[in-house]
Amino acid sequence: MKILVTIKRVTDPDVKVRLLPDGSGVDTANIEYKINPFDEYALEEALRLREANPGRIDEIVVVSVGSDAATKELRVAMAMGADRGILVDCEDSQYDPGVLAAILAQIIKQEGVDIVMMGKLAVDGENNQVAQRLAHLLGYGQGTFTLEMKLLANSVLISTQADGGTRHLEVALPAVITRADMKDEDVRYASLPNIMKAKRKPLATLTPADLKVDLSPKVRTLGYEVPAGRAAGQRVESVDALVDKLVNEAKVL
Amino acid sequence: MGNVLVVAEHSDQKLRKVSLPAVTFAKQAADLLGGQVIGLVVGSQVKAVAQQFAVSGVDRVICLDDPSFVGYLAESVAPAVAEVAKEVQAQLVCCPASVQGKDYLPRVAAILDAGMVSEAVAVWKEGDHLRFKRPLFAGNILAKVAVDGPVAVATVRTTEFEPLPPGAAAPIEERTSAHPTSLVTFKSFVPVVSERPDLNDATVVVAGGRGLKSKEGFALAEQLADTLTAAIGASRAAVDAGWVPNDWQVGQTGKIVAPSLYIAIGISGAIQHVAGMRGSKTIVAINKDEEAPIFQVADYGLVADAAKAVPELIEQIRSLKG
Repeated sequence: MKILVTIKRVTDPDVKVRLLPDGSGVDTANIEYKINPFDEYALEEALRLREANPGRIDEIVVVSVGSDAATKELRVAMAMGADRGILVDCEDSQYDPGVLAAILAQIIKQEGVDIVMMGKLAVDGENNQVAQRLAHLLGYGQGTFTLEMKLLANSVLISTQADGGTRHLEVALPAVITRADMKDEDVRYASLPNIMKAKRKPLATLTPADLKVDLSPKVRTLGYEVPAGRAAGQRVESVDALVDKLVNEAKVL
Repeated sequence: MGNVLVVAEHSDQKLRKVSLPAVTFAKQAADLLGGQVIGLVVGSQVKAVAQQFAVSGVDRVICLDDPSFVGYLAESVAPAVAEVAKEVQAQLVCCPASVQGKDYLPRVAAILDAGMVSEAVAVWKEGDHLRFKRPLFAGNILAKVAVDGPVAVATVRTTEFEPLPPGAAAPIEERTSAHPTSLVTFKSFVPVVSERPDLNDATVVVAGGRGLKSKEGFALAEQLADTLTAAIGASRAAVDAGWVPNDWQVGQTGKIVAPSLYIAIGISGAIQHVAGMRGSKTIVAINKDEEAPIFQVADYGLVADAAKAVPELIEQIRSLKG
């Protein structure tokens, strides 16, 4: 059985990004990059699935659609335990989720994958579309916002986030599964020996043109802006003062 | 022409309130395009939902009522929505950006081979074409986007649109349309049972975080919520610690809320949390760390230990309410 995990290189989610002065894009100067946290959770889930089912999962492949710099994130993923990597070398920001799904679908068809594991969304673009589109393009079932996962003979049992509760589904394989929040401390670190070992793991590079898919996006970004900020607030010295403000000034109590 | 299809969300044979702001968005778009707002209800035993949806501001309702929709699955709902979208020649297909909407609507977009806008916060027209605004990077940046092609798809950030006043009942067209799937089997839905108001449409939200220190400490936030008949929310730290269910999480990857009053207790104010509550009208922060970033978005900040300040606040509110 083969699992493919998608890895996106994103700006550090804990740093507030700024626009370039001309508004043409995000100011990436002095910004750190890392693996999209939800992709990291998806990889952790895949590695645990392999550990929980000895002998059943032969290979875990990580794929990134992005610039050459994403090689670093793929190496980190391999140091965590993935067996090999594929980089689709391109400027990924020119594509919309429809194109990204088409690129990934082509790779998955060539590879023959049983489970596609993805993060539930990328914290930069926040589209939350690629997995669901991919599932349709491949004719697979989808399990989005997954919190727990168990491998059966020809399916996975999953629990997922849902509006007002938790859903329990059985998704037939092959399937596309997206991983929801996981405690960061539950995600394994890439140890130094494993980082060294990962340097020798195979990493193939290809270009979108190699995949012969339609690369024209349907969603075009026309510009960016910063949302209106909140007016500066005030400090209150006591609970008494707070209640007074809420009653007499904000009039919300 | 220029029709807009808006899909209702429902549970337990009732229309969910998050459907209403999506209708407002659909109406704005339909007015720009000179078309109709067509409401779509997909489910099993949903005739009552269709009747509630008919007075929400839509021009007509199509109700697909079929046993194959028992136990919501994207694999059956998405083809049904796409089929209706083609039939009514919708130029825009939308639904609330709920967990469910985010699950099935991208699949609809893929079926229609359409571009999709996630979490639209505004719609307008330039020339003959619709333009949309959507948040990126935890809401710190907005992108203006165009969607090329005959049809666009969008989830709607419901906190950005006010429900329309109830109108006359629009005509309802009932149909059966079976869309069974063998790809996924629905096993069960386990609701988080609560007597409190729903986070999505509460006027007041009390949210707790790491500063409450324990499950027992978090109970203070719950007591304050109950004193105010408020909904209860939480930061990711409180969810990760296992004090509260994940359904309570407010933030980029949890619920997006915009109540009249949001009280954040022991919440530091990480970018991801602020993304979920920055639209609130009045924000109160109680935190003992005076450097906590939450104070940058709070209208009223009280530097204090929650364990002392919250019981005092509960006491004062009780005496106010007499």
